[in-house]
Parts: sequence; structure tokens; C-alpha cells
Amino acid sequence: MPGSEWFKNRPRLLEGVYAGSKLALRVLYPLLKRVLPAGLRERVFVWSEEVSKGYLFNCQMCGQCILHSTGMTCPMNCPKNLRNGPCGGVRQNGHCEVIPEMPCVWVQAWQRDAQMGRYGGEIQLLQPPVNRALQNSSAWLNLLEGVDAQRPSGWTAIELE
Amino acid sequence: MTIPDQTPPATEWDSHGAESRLRQVLEAGHFAVTAELNAPDSADPKDVYANAAELGDVCDGINATDGSGANCHMSSVACCALMARAGYEPVLQMGCRDRNRIAIQGDLLGAAALGVRNVLCLTGDDVSAGDQPEARRVFDFDALHLLRTAQIMRDQGVLLSGRKLTTPPEFFLGAAANPFVPPQDLRHLRLAKKIEAGAQFIQTQYCYDVPVFEAFMRRARDMGLHEKVYLLVGVGPLRSERAAEFMRSRVPGVHIPDAVVDRLAKTPRKGKREEGIRICVEIIEEVKQIEGVRGVHIMAYRQEEAVPEIVERAGIKRERPRE
Ligand code: SF4
Repeated sequence: MPGSEWFKNRPRLLEGVYAGSKLALRVLYPLLKRVLPAGLRERVFVWSEEVSKGYLFNCQMCGQCILHSTGMTCPMNCPKNLRNGPCGGVRQNGHCEVIPEMPCVWVQAWQRDAQMGRYGGEIQLLQPPVNRALQNSSAWLNLLEGVDAQRPSGWTAIELE
Repeated sequence: MTIPDQTPPATEWDSHGAESRLRQVLEAGHFAVTAELNAPDSADPKDVYANAAELGDVCDGINATDGSGANCHMSSVACCALMARAGYEPVLQMGCRDRNRIAIQGDLLGAAALGVRNVLCLTGDDVSAGDQPEARRVFDFDALHLLRTAQIMRDQGVLLSGRKLTTPPEFFLGAAANPFVPPQDLRHLRLAKKIEAGAQFIQTQYCYDVPVFEAFMRRARDMGLHEKVYLLVGVGPLRSERAAEFMRSRVPGVHIPDAVVDRLAKTPRKGKREEGIRICVEIIEEVKQIEGVRGVHIMAYRQEEAVPEIVERAGIKRERPRE
């Protein structure tokens, strides 16, 4: 099995897997809801996300996944937690201002977004502030339940204009 | 010029409702000059007044930094309030490193009540850059959240939660741009995003590499961005090649080409300060010619006294009556 770097550098493959999983889960969710009680469902999802997304993306479990809009690169690995990066501190070698050994998450995100088909260009979207209350909950369940699409009502007001 | 010694009566400096003078200058089509105040390590307002007095006559706006380089100084809200009270035109720098969204919105309201009209919304240097790297970094918001939230408060008259403001703030909103760091060929897209989030003016990071800046402006113009935002180019005099080395290695996001450092290194010791000013003046003269550049932002850290000379020599001096 190739290492996670191998996957990370294949955003097209990853976006395909993401789109496929989303479709499959949407279809299966009504059934899942019937067989798994809420508490267990949350635990199963959290565990599987920690394992799979943890390995693939170094997922930080923010509970509101925007990977497909950020070049399949987890923005929560940015030490400044930017959702609309990169910051102005990127080093000349493309590495992070805060962690000099690490390539800037957002430089990678922009480069990978440019290679993507289905979701390519979504990195231009203005991402809303992180809902910190969703930390450590399941992003997939939040997506299926529409929780991750909720915005502070002031924020919505201007988006609707 | 009168500099208040003590707190004037509230009515005298209650400037709520006044418009941004910086905005008026830009809208009138003047080539704007802003400069950075050296926020004091002091509790004495006179230190702010003294520094502002050096800049006030040649600038259309004075930026108060928000713990720049993650070093603690007098707060930017306080510096701005003092400047507004003394009749200067402050630009409040607000970063996301030290406050969460509750504090940010509260500070925005407070600053507006104290007469601040211009806000520069920043991400902020990381705590690791400063002299207290053991501090907790906040970054609850990023710069774009901050911009959009300030815009919502102004235009919708609500807080992010949707709760109504009885009197919304009047803001002229700004953001930073750094065309000089990777991904250089995509930095104009980030500028576009900041404009979408509410930026009306831009102050860039230090420009020492004019060709890179020109390329950035070409891409920005191709998208028509130069017509949507007032862009001020960041410049500043370097004191010596040692100062240049320090800045490019230790201050996040500063790019200085070797040619500039070499030029200072070759200059005899006594002439270095003058050479640094000359380089700065040359850069202003060059960027002034670039379509879409509407002014300069002079950051003369601990050389504030050089700012009037730079403005004069670069031929961008105007009469600026203080209110
Ligand atoms: S350099 Fe990149 S990864 Fe590092 S803090 Fe800035 S945006 Fe985040």
C-alpha cells in the first residue's frame, strides 16, 4: 500500500473517492439511520473518519469538512487554522511561516485545486468561520443532516443578497 | 498644531459619524500616503502624539499596528483613539491572532465609537515570531472572516449572530496583500477574494522587488481588480544590509532581493542610511508609474523621522490640513 503522500499528490483520485462516498452515503443513510441508534452511529462514523481521513489527510476532526473545496488538502493543518488561506507569511521555499519544515498547506491546496476536475476552482469560494462547537464530531453525519451548512445568521444575511 | 495633554471633554472628540478622510483622498484621485506608527512600549499618550506628529503633516492616514511581529506594544485601538482625538486620521490594524470573534466585534464597535473609520483586517503574524512564543495563538477567524464580519456590521447593522446594532459602525475597510511570497502566480486570486469579502483598500507588504510586483499588478488588472480597490504599495527605508538580512530572515513574509542587500553592503558605513532612503525613494518613483497603484504605505520602523524626507524626495507631498 502506498503512503499517504502518494494519495495526497493525486487530488483527482481523492475527489473521485469523495464524490463516490458522498453519493453512496446519501443512498444508504436512511437504512443506516434505522439500524444504528444515534449514539452508536456517531461513534462508528467518528472512528472511521479518524482512521481513514486521519491517514489520508491528517484530518483534525473539525466536523465541517471542506476538503473538496481546498484541493483535497486539510486546511486545519494550517497552524493559523485559516479557512481562506494562504497567509502572507509563506517562506520563499513555499514552506510554512510557523513550521519551517512543513510545506504550506495552502500553497499545496491551491496547486492541487488547479489539477482537480469536478471541484476544481472551488478554492475561490469564501468559506465561513469555523463552527468550533462541531470539533470532534462526524463531518459525514453533519453533512447528511445538513448541520455543517448552517451559518451564523448575520453571515447568511449578506450571502443571500 | 495642538496636542492635547489631558482628556478633552467628551463632546470635543466624539467624532462618531465623521467620514473616513483617507477614503475621501482616494476618491478624489490623489496619490495617497499612509505610514506606520511605532506603537510605544509605554503607558504615556505623549509617546503616541510625538510619533504621530512626525508623520501627520505628510500622511493621509497613520496605521497603528496590532502587536506586529507578535511583540506586545500599546494596543492598536488605544493608539488609534489617541490619534483620532488629536486630529490625525488613524488606520486601525486588527489581526486574528490575539482575539476570538466576540472580542473582535466588540473592539470594532469600540474603535468606531472612539472615532476610528479605517480598519485594516489582517491574519496576523504567528506568536512564534515574537518575544513571547509561549503564548496561545487564537486564530478563531481568518482575515477574510474579519473583513466580511466588519462589512456585515456596517452594511446590515447586525453582529455575526444576527443581533441588531442600534448604531452600526462606519468603516472604510482594508486588507493586506503580499505579492512577494509563494504562490506568487496566484496571489492576485487571493486579492480578488479579499475584495469579494469587503476590502475597499489594500496596503501591501514591503515592496523591494518591483518586477515581481509589476507581474502581480498585470494579473490583477487582467481581472479588473485595480478598478475595484484602492491599492497602496508598502515601502520602507532599510538602515543597513544587516537590517535587511534581519528582516528577510526573521520578519514573516518579507522578501528582499540580494541586489538590494548587496547595494547596501557596498555602501560605506556613513552613507548607508542615505542609501536606504534613496532605494526607498526610487521604488516609490517606479511603482507610482504602474497602472492601478493609488498610493504608498511607508513603514519606516524606528526611522519615522525619515518619512517626511522620503515623501518630499519622491515628489508625492501635498498640503494636508489637519482637522
Ligand atoms: S504559511 Fe501556510 S500553513 Fe503556515 S500559517 Fe501561513 S497559510 Fe498556514
